[in-house]
Amino acid sequence: MSNILEVKNVVKQYGDYTALNSVSLQVPKGSIYGLLGPNGAGKTSLIRIINQITMPDSGEVILDGEKLAPNHVSVIGYMPEERGLYKTMKVGEQALYLAQLKGMSKADAQKQLKYWFEKFEIEAWWNKKIQELSKGMAQKIQFIVTILHQPKLLILDEPFSGFDPVNANLIKDEIIELNKKGTSIIFSTHRMESVEEMCDYIALIHKSNKLIEGKLEDVKRQYRTHKFQVGIVSNNVEGLMYDLTQKFTVGQTNFKSLNDDLKLEIDLGGATQNELLSILTRNGQVTHFTETIPSVNDIFIQTVTNKK
Amino acid sequence: MGVLSLIIKREFIAKVRNKSFIVMTFLSPLLIVGMSFLIGYLANMNKGEITKIAIHDEAGILKSDFKNDKETQYVDLSAMPLKLAKDTAAKNYEGLIYVPKVSNTEELSTKVEYISDDSPSMESIMSMEKVIDNKLTHENLKKLGFDAAKIDAAKVDSDIHLSKFSGEDSLKGLNEIKVGIGGAFGYLIMMFIIIYGNMVMRSVIEEKTNRIIEIIISSVKPFQLMLGKIMGTSLAGILQFAIWAILGGVLMFGISSFFGVQPGASSTVSPEMMEMAQKEMGTVQTYIRELWNLPIGTLTVAFIIYFIGGYFLYSSLYAAIGAAVDSETDSQQFLFPIIMPLMLGVYVGFFTVINDPHGTVATVFSMIPLTSPIVMLMRIPFGVPVWQLILSIVILFATFITVVWFASKIYRVGILMYGKKPTWKELYKWLKY
Repeated sequence: MSNILEVKNVVKQYGDYTALNSVSLQVPKGSIYGLLGPNGAGKTSLIRIINQITMPDSGEVILDGEKLAPNHVSVIGYMPEERGLYKTMKVGEQALYLAQLKGMSKADAQKQLKYWFEKFEIEAWWNKKIQELSKGMAQKIQFIVTILHQPKLLILDEPFSGFDPVNANLIKDEIIELNKKGTSIIFSTHRMESVEEMCDYIALIHKSNKLIEGKLEDVKRQYRTHKFQVGIVSNNVEGLMYDLTQKFTVGQTNFKSLNDDLKLEIDLGGATQNELLSILTRNGQVTHFTETIPSVNDIFIQTVTNKK
Repeated sequence: MGVLSLIIKREFIAKVRNKSFIVMTFLSPLLIVGMSFLIGYLANMNKGEITKIAIHDEAGILKSDFKNDKETQYVDLSAMPLKLAKDTAAKNYEGLIYVPKVSNTEELSTKVEYISDDSPSMESIMSMEKVIDNKLTHENLKKLGFDAAKIDAAKVDSDIHLSKFSGEDSLKGLNEIKVGIGGAFGYLIMMFIIIYGNMVMRSVIEEKTNRIIEIIISSVKPFQLMLGKIMGTSLAGILQFAIWAILGGVLMFGISSFFGVQPGASSTVSPEMMEMAQKEMGTVQTYIRELWNLPIGTLTVAFIIYFIGGYFLYSSLYAAIGAAVDSETDSQQFLFPIIMPLMLGVYVGFFTVINDPHGTVATVFSMIPLTSPIVMLMRIPFGVPVWQLILSIVILFATFITVVWFASKIYRVGILMYGKKPTWKELYKWLKY
């Protein structure tokens, strides 16, 4: 699979402060790519470089096989974290203006706007000023103007911040639908639930450096702890515990279960799952057996705290 | 349509549709015309009043010398005792001129009193003193044995006739007119810069506070946005000025012909003035010829060039300030250094150009790019050497390009900085980003 975006050794300095220290990324075509990092890590600096708002000091950015150039603004859709609209301008005129700045023809923009306004059932807002709309309404317009020119690459910086749950959901569904139609999406956030739910690739930036990058499952595999959650109903608890502790590190845990079972978390160490299973089946009825998968949140916190 | 023209169009429409812009456009000429008529009316009203001043002349020397005129009437209260005269004057008159009895008329030069609760104007005191001076001088001459009447007859009032080497007549007071014309253009540029520069700044701040700025500059270059903003705003400004000129002209003409008064003029045309006017007809013709002799072509072309150079120079600074701050209240600190040279230009223009249009101060200030749009325009009616004009314009445009470049750097960084007011030091650092 080819990449929609490649960032190669990008360095950006503001005075003495290094915002990006030779960062490289590869965003596969058609992916939803989560760009993670704590506040001030350099995410926004990187996104601004991709959007050609600022220029990198060194390194280069390749968009869909071409070196980034001014005409690429028409294939990128960008919703910044600090976003808004002209308050005193009418919704329709404003959307047309922003679409034309992205290089759309007026007729084209009108056609697309009609589609989205009908889809969101907001045709009546066309001649209203933004200041007459509620915040939630304005957010919908904000999203529409971001995607109106049918970008190949959609960059969303903290897309759900400031959206109410209803709108957030609506936007999430639209993002997923756009992705299915082939739009690649970069998602910058520190809200891990949405990453877990939507992204298939992630990269973690911390203190101007990229620490992790890869397919979500691969990253998780890399961070697997080889711990298993086990539920077991046993008549011989003492014997079981004796057998287990001979070979494994055993701890108490908790998970939802309908059985009155013993809930354990077992670290495999160097052993295999089957060795564990054979001990378990010898000593009782296994009701639950799952690998503890690290959440993105765990990985995030672990990596960030380790690097301090 | 190009991106720049899209931005210009949006900025222009946004400005022109703005309610305060519409109100200002149509209200200002009404206010200005109304004001000038009010001033004219008030001045006229004052003119009609007659000031009555009482005289108590114990010496009996001066009372006949204070002669009534159109504005002042003198009432002789010398027959009354001083006390009564004072009381009467306090009640009924503006003031009382008291001439004490003296043994020697020379003493009168310091002994005459003017008693009044209102402080008299410089002008009226001087005219009273002149009467006394005249009288006492005549008395002195008489004592010395001269014939005052003969001396009066021998007095000469000279009048230097001005002309040019080409033989044409020249006029007094022409310098004032020339400075007035150049000054009007210079002042116009200053007003335009202040009004529309501020508008550019507000519009930048608005984009920042609305948080739309990052969306826009992900589509266009910050420099394009800044330039489009400045140009769109100036077009709105030119439209406004044009409407003002037309509306003001129509209103002036309409009201003048309706009431038959001239705005600000002292009084309606009286027969004496007509007579004088006829005498002065030749002079007026000379004036008109002189006005036509002014370098009108140069002045117009220079006005356009200096207008463009000056406006872009300053408004890019305004844009940079707007980008650097978060709200208009924060902008004051940075605005001061901008207003300063503008003011300086106007003052230097009015005070030095009129005295010595080609002196060192005027020449230097007409070269400094921050003041040249104002000062040079004031100098042009006096005839400026072509090399100076070219040099000044070259300096202005070189500076204009440099300043726009610097301003766009500050602008580019500033529009993405939220939440704090930068210091001068930080602005300097931004230039290097």
